[in-house]
Amino acid sequence: MSALLEARGLTAFYGDFQALFGIDFAVEPGEAVAIIGANGAGKSTFLKALTGLLPAAPECVRFEGAPIGGLRPAEIVRRGIAMVPEGRRLFPSLSVEENLMIGAHAGRAGPWSLRRVYELFPALEPLRAHPGNAISGGQQQMAAIGRALLANPRVLICDEISLGLAPLVVNAIYNSFPVMLREGLTLVVVEQDVGIAQRATHRLYCFQEGRVALQGQSGALTRDSISKAYFGT
Amino acid sequence: MLGGLYALFAMGLALMFGVMRLVNIAHGDCIVLAAFVAIGLALALPGAGPALLLAMVLPLMFAAGYVLQRGVLNRTLGKDILPPLLVTFGFSVILQNVLLEIFSADPRSLSAGGLESLSFALPGGIAVGWLPLVTFVAALALALALELLFARTRLGRAFRATSDDPEAAQLQGIDHRHVYALATALAFAVITVAGIFLALRTTVAPSDGPAYLLYAFEAVIIGGLGSFWGTLAGGLVLGVAQAIGFRLDPGWGILVGHLAFLVMLMLRPQGLFPRTRD
Repeated sequence: MSALLEARGLTAFYGDFQALFGIDFAVEPGEAVAIIGANGAGKSTFLKALTGLLPAAPECVRFEGAPIGGLRPAEIVRRGIAMVPEGRRLFPSLSVEENLMIGAHAGRAGPWSLRRVYELFPALEPLRAHPGNAISGGQQQMAAIGRALLANPRVLICDEISLGLAPLVVNAIYNSFPVMLREGLTLVVVEQDVGIAQRATHRLYCFQEGRVALQGQSGALTRDSISKAYFGT
Repeated sequence: MLGGLYALFAMGLALMFGVMRLVNIAHGDCIVLAAFVAIGLALALPGAGPALLLAMVLPLMFAAGYVLQRGVLNRTLGKDILPPLLVTFGFSVILQNVLLEIFSADPRSLSAGGLESLSFALPGGIAVGWLPLVTFVAALALALALELLFARTRLGRAFRATSDDPEAAQLQGIDHRHVYALATALAFAVITVAGIFLALRTTVAPSDGPAYLLYAFEAVIIGGLGSFWGTLAGGLVLGVAQAIGFRLDPGWGILVGHLAFLVMLMLRPQGLFPRTRD
């Protein structure tokens, strides 16, 4: 019962199509947990159910002990879960700095401020007046993470932050993770890059066709076992 | 200075479309509604000046806009463009008939105690009417206020973000249902100002709404989407075009306005001052 964020028997549907078949998932305070899996395995669907973008049964998702399944996304952010969405989704009508500021819309108190985000991602400060979509992919990713941090969440969820970025840029972004963890954040990352997922997290779940096919300590899982779970052999 | 009035007409329409991509077919009828509410109050409270009437009608229309959006129009928003058009069209029909029932078809107007016919002389022998000047100043002030609201305030950022990507906006803790309702409430407040200036300037009848929707729409398109300064400019251009037309021949006024709109669509469809997004 001590898990900060957990899912129990979580199912999810897109209309008549069932995408998740009873997911059990838990993350403790201060942990970094990865979710890996092939395209269509249900990773993003799982995140949508966690963050309220997809309906879920109330008891199937619990945060700080309270059921949050089916709550509206804005309410879930207010309670302390923020997501960096797949594809960044910065707002083009807002400048980089305004994009960061809108992250704080929910008004939660915490250690993250505009200044602290610029300290974490110094590359963003000279770009603060640029429109949200007029910066490079790596810069957009940093801005999207900064925007989510400004919600001062307890749990930060990152959906495929390495997508479309050069390895050097991805490494630089993942280097910010220890700082976040030191600030008391709990991290859930969905990753396509299995190597980075293993290196950057404590534990790892592998999804396959809407089910958890494998879970364990990130450092202890062998490539072979991950491969089997990933592809479902 | 018909342009100031048309700019006021257009701003509410531009606001709702800018935030929600919602074209309110009942927009002109809502302006007429605001005018008639003010006229009705003026009948009940003889001696109440337009400023007092504005102060009384504003909160009513603001609340009505919020409830309308939150209760009805939010449900029509989605991928299909048709539902909001159909619902607001129905609303337009209902409004006109309700006003007809209550007020009959007689045109009515508001009085500002003679202000509406006053003028003062500028050097060079030009006489400027007080009411058109005040209308223009009101349009200018409103354009400035709306631009500042959108550019500098937390609500304005929420408006822009929700307009860009409602789902991502929700992920930042923005309640999009509330934001949309506030946008319509604000639009209705602007509509109230427009309605009262309209009733001061001319007589209003229950069936006048659709014509005003057309002028508002033309002003928005001429001015360009995405900027309230553009909407102000569009209103002024339309007003000037109609004034030129009236000068040529009393029957041509409105037509020249429409022609100006068509010319703008042919030569520069994005309008005078479009603010490109995405």
